Formats: sequence, structure tokens, C-alpha cells
Amino acid sequence: MQCDQIRELLADAVDETTALDAVASRHVGSCLRCQAELAQYRRLLRTLRSLRHQPVEVPADLAALVLARLEAGGRTPPWARRVAVAGALAVSAAGAAGAIAVVASRKGRFRLAS
Amino acid sequence: MSEANPAHRRGAGAPPSELAELVAAAQGGDREAFEAVVRATHADTYALALRLMANEEDAKDVVQEAYFRAYRGLKRFRGEASFTTWLYRITANCAATHLGRRSRHRHESLDGEAADLVESRPDVDPEGRAEAALLRARVSAALEDLPSRLRAVVVLRDVYDLPHEAIATELGITEAAAKVRLHRARLRLRTQLFPTRDEREDDARAV
Repeated sequence: MQCDQIRELLADAVDETTALDAVASRHVGSCLRCQAELAQYRRLLRTLRSLRHQPVEVPADLAALVLARLEAGGRTPPWARRVAVAGALAVSAAGAAGAIAVVASRKGRFRLAS
Repeated sequence: MSEANPAHRRGAGAPPSELAELVAAAQGGDREAFEAVVRATHADTYALALRLMANEEDAKDVVQEAYFRAYRGLKRFRGEASFTTWLYRITANCAATHLGRRSRHRHESLDGEAADLVESRPDVDPEGRAEAALLRARVSAALEDLPSRLRAVVVLRDVYDLPHEAIATELGITEAAAKVRLHRARLRLRTQLFPTRDEREDDARAV
């Protein structure tokens, strides 16, 4: 088999989404170019897996917005939209605290669907 | 919510067994337990939504919709998978719906948004010295550059380890199509991150 054919298989072979057959495995075992490319896919996969544990910056008002949506029966209440816009325009601790305070005062009405 | 509420106190950063207790309580109708579930899980859910949508406002919408659907469907959660995995699937489904709606309304132009996101996250690699951190930043940027249909599959499979079948179901495609998209996504990422000399020359000619 030629390198070009094998290289098409490496993206799926890296986690055995589709495993290499015996012929392809033998080729990779003796071809430095294909080994190097497989190593790159392994490095890519390791890095992708590590992203799951990388923190992202979570909007301060997100939990409040989620709870507000539940209370509103799935619709975004107008006051929550205003809070979201205000939060986007002025990301401040005071604004976030205000959003949470509004939710705290409105919480407690949503019910599980039966 | 009062600090005296034990469900709230237990919520943030709850370990899996504690989360399972909160979910069980929420299934029994304890709304404060569900609030604690939201507080314990919303950061992870947002991280997934952000990686799928590559847009902060869209990610917030997806998270809100996901919890609304999760709440309505909570009694159908049987615990075969972990609650987190169940929530990831709902989030993926909401993201697919949202992306479908977005592509009907406007053409995607994620390149600029992706660049902004990376530029605004200097904390990803604050000193530019750790090779792994640098690669993570480059991979994140490359993910955001992918077309959304490719990005969704590679994020769900390679970042979040969802099975092919679950990915296909939540995205509304066949398992074979999910695998084809995964193949294309990995190929594009590898080519972008580790181009061979031939690929660099092809790129230069294209410019």
C-alpha cells in the first residue's frame, strides 16, 4: 500500500474508530512518515481530551438566567433579557449580584412536569 | 436562595454521588435540589455549549434551553448513564437545533469570532512557555475555525467522549455520517496544527 492510502486511514485509526488492517499496520510499522503522522493524530487527540478539564469563563448571571427561564416556563422573561443585555454592556460585580438578587426574589415557582 | 438551604450549600462542585442524590431529590419534586443541580453543573454545561457554538451569547441560550428540557424530562432520566452525560446529550441536541436555526437566518462567519475569543483569553497561556498550554490554545482556536457541523462531532467525541451512536442521535444524523464528519474534522485539525512541508506549500500557493 502507498503512504497516501494509509494516511487517509490514520485519522480513524488513532482511537480505532476504524482499526487498521494487518497490511496497513505492517506499512505503518515500517514507514517513518506514516508513524510521524499517526503520532500527530495521537497528540491532537490527547490535547482535545485535555480541553474538557480546561475552565472557561462562565457568565456571572448564567445560573440566574437558567432558573429564570425555568420559572417562565421555557420563555426568557423580559426582565431577564434586560439583565442579560445590561450584563453584556457592563460586566460588573454589582450587576451580577443584582441579577442574582432579582432571581432570588422570584425563585420557587417552577414545578416538575408530571 | 438562602444559605440555610442545604441543597444549595451542597450544590456547587458536588461530587458525582452527591449530584446523584440531588438529581434523585429533584426527580421527587424538590425544586431546590434542581436549583442546586443547576448551580453544580452549569459551568460544565456552558463549557460544552461554548465549544459547540463558538459564540458566548448563543452558548448562554443553549444552556438555558438545555436545562429547561432537562427539567421537563427529568422523570425520564433513569440513571443508565451519568446525569452529566445525559445533560451533555441534551445540550448537544439543543446546540444542533440552535445551529440549524442560525444557519437558516445567516451565513456563518465564525473566523472573526473565533479570533476574538482566543485574543480575549490570555489566561489560556499567560506566559507562552508551556508547550502543552500553547498547543491547547492552538487546538481551541482551530476548533472554532471548523464549520459547526464538523466541530460538533469532534467536540462531542474527542473532547467529551460521547459514543458515536449518541452523537448521531443527538445531531439527527446517521452513525456513518457522524464518523465521516469526525474523520474530516480530525484531518482538518491535523493539517492546520501540524502541516507537512507539502501541505504548507499547498497553502502558500493557495494564497
